[in-house]
Amino acid sequence: MSAISFQSVSKTYPPSRQQRAQGKPGLRAVDQVDFAIEEGEFFGLLGPNGAGKTTLISMLAGLARPTTGSIAVHGFDVQRDYAQARRHLGIVPQELVFDPFFNVRESLRIQSGYFGIRNNDAWIDELLQNLGLADKATANLRQLSGGMKRRVLVAQALVHKPQVIVLDEPTAGVDVELRQTLWQFVARLNREGSTVLLTTHYLEEAEALCHRIAMLKQGRVIALDRTSELLRAAASNVLRFKTDADLPWAIAQHARITGRIVQLPAQNAHEVEQLLVALREAGVAVEDVEMRKADLEDVFIDLMAGEQTPLEVAR
Amino acid sequence: MMKFQPTGWHALLYKETLRFWKVGFQTVGAPVLTAVLYLMVFGHVLEGHVKVYGSISYTAFLIPGLVMMSMLQNAFANSSSSIIQSKIMGSLVFVLITPLSHWGWFFAYVGSSVIRGLAVGLGVFVVTLFFAVPDFVAPLWILAFAFLGAAILGTLGLIAGLWAEKFDQMAVFQNFLIMPMTFLSGVFYSIGSLPPFWQGVSHLNPFFYMIDGFRHGFFGVSDVSPWVSLAIVGSAWLVVSAIAVNLLRIGYKIRG
Repeated sequence: MSAISFQSVSKTYPPSRQQRAQGKPGLRAVDQVDFAIEEGEFFGLLGPNGAGKTTLISMLAGLARPTTGSIAVHGFDVQRDYAQARRHLGIVPQELVFDPFFNVRESLRIQSGYFGIRNNDAWIDELLQNLGLADKATANLRQLSGGMKRRVLVAQALVHKPQVIVLDEPTAGVDVELRQTLWQFVARLNREGSTVLLTTHYLEEAEALCHRIAMLKQGRVIALDRTSELLRAAASNVLRFKTDADLPWAIAQHARITGRIVQLPAQNAHEVEQLLVALREAGVAVEDVEMRKADLEDVFIDLMAGEQTPLEVAR
Repeated sequence: MMKFQPTGWHALLYKETLRFWKVGFQTVGAPVLTAVLYLMVFGHVLEGHVKVYGSISYTAFLIPGLVMMSMLQNAFANSSSSIIQSKIMGSLVFVLITPLSHWGWFFAYVGSSVIRGLAVGLGVFVVTLFFAVPDFVAPLWILAFAFLGAAILGTLGLIAGLWAEKFDQMAVFQNFLIMPMTFLSGVFYSIGSLPPFWQGVSHLNPFFYMIDGFRHGFFGVSDVSPWVSLAIVGSAWLVVSAIAVNLLRIGYKIRG
């Protein structure tokens, strides 16, 4: 049995009153998503902003309803058998939300209570210890820094020992220490049998942690494979150089640009040569040219550019 | 350290009760003070000038009305403010992702509103005893109408909290519906003193029956029979409860 299964899941948000007046249709945030995550997997869900990742997770958590299709957690439909499905799920929401009336330990005890768990202090203490919150147990959530609040969100998601852990961009805007603490702990839970579904914009994290990855764009899955296969299928090498000039669009759409640094996929020496010729003909002066192995970010950029609509490419 | 640890919907009831209790100065103390100020001002101005139901002093007459009005307003404020705050701050997600059913939500939010309503009502009553001591002719009526009144307003607060998307929408609900209906329900006067037209209008206000039935428990006299009031108030609770439970079941404005 799969830990999570998405079966032909679509979600269309109805148009606003203004959009309806203009004859515009609703937004199709998720479009015919169909895949399964097996028990014990560490699975990555990647995609640019607005790709539908959070909508998909919201439907999994019961915060939104699919327009069509169905979602199951350990065989329990998230709509029909919502209570059983949610007992198996631990969700770390993307937004840094908290209840300002309670301290950390109270929040965790109350959250345990919602799941029908009494006398959960031993596990709560372990969570506090492993997430570096032991000295904050009696602190009110309002008094905590953003990073500490993020740790509490993780603890709240794990308080009922869920078999499936869903982390929606858990390391957005947090420091290196928390990332390391969090990944060590989550990796341990995964080794002990928990299934993990991760969305992140930090592709190096996904590359290091995830067994399999699905990439979403405009609500559709455009790639789904083992992380190693995705890396193998993509350009094996990357041409890296610095420039002050603007790149021609045909090249720029495949490039990973960080300030002056440009990185372009190139399979072999012939492609490198062609790229350099194209750059020279476009009047782009380059310096510090070097080659390196491709990583997941290159795969991501390649796939996102490759799947663009003709209109976007023409523009 | 908190040792008491309820589970299921009791955990949500406990959390909602703890939420208002932690700011008890604001949620219980302030309404008690407000009610006492009403009693002092109106009692001072009208005591000796107005006799109600023949021989009851105005201050004694006013006490049950003020107790009930405070209970109603605070029961409404409890569920409505909790839902709207947690919706706007996003912390409602902690409850939305749990296995709690819509019935669990209903009993927890309405239950905590009843607890706050009764706590405020008891506070107002105890403090007003320094001014006048009303009779206790029929304590069961007092308890029945206190519970039902707080439950109806707690349920209305739940509906308003689900419906409102902004604090100003909630203020509209509170200031243009709840407040006028409580003020015009006979808190400060017996509707027997009104002209026939306004008596008729008052009979359309369900809040009137809550206060009239509650007052009957103290004095043994009322504008209408307590059984009629009980039937109307009980029916009103069933109607608003059916609406609230259905809104929770479909996830109205809380599940996309």
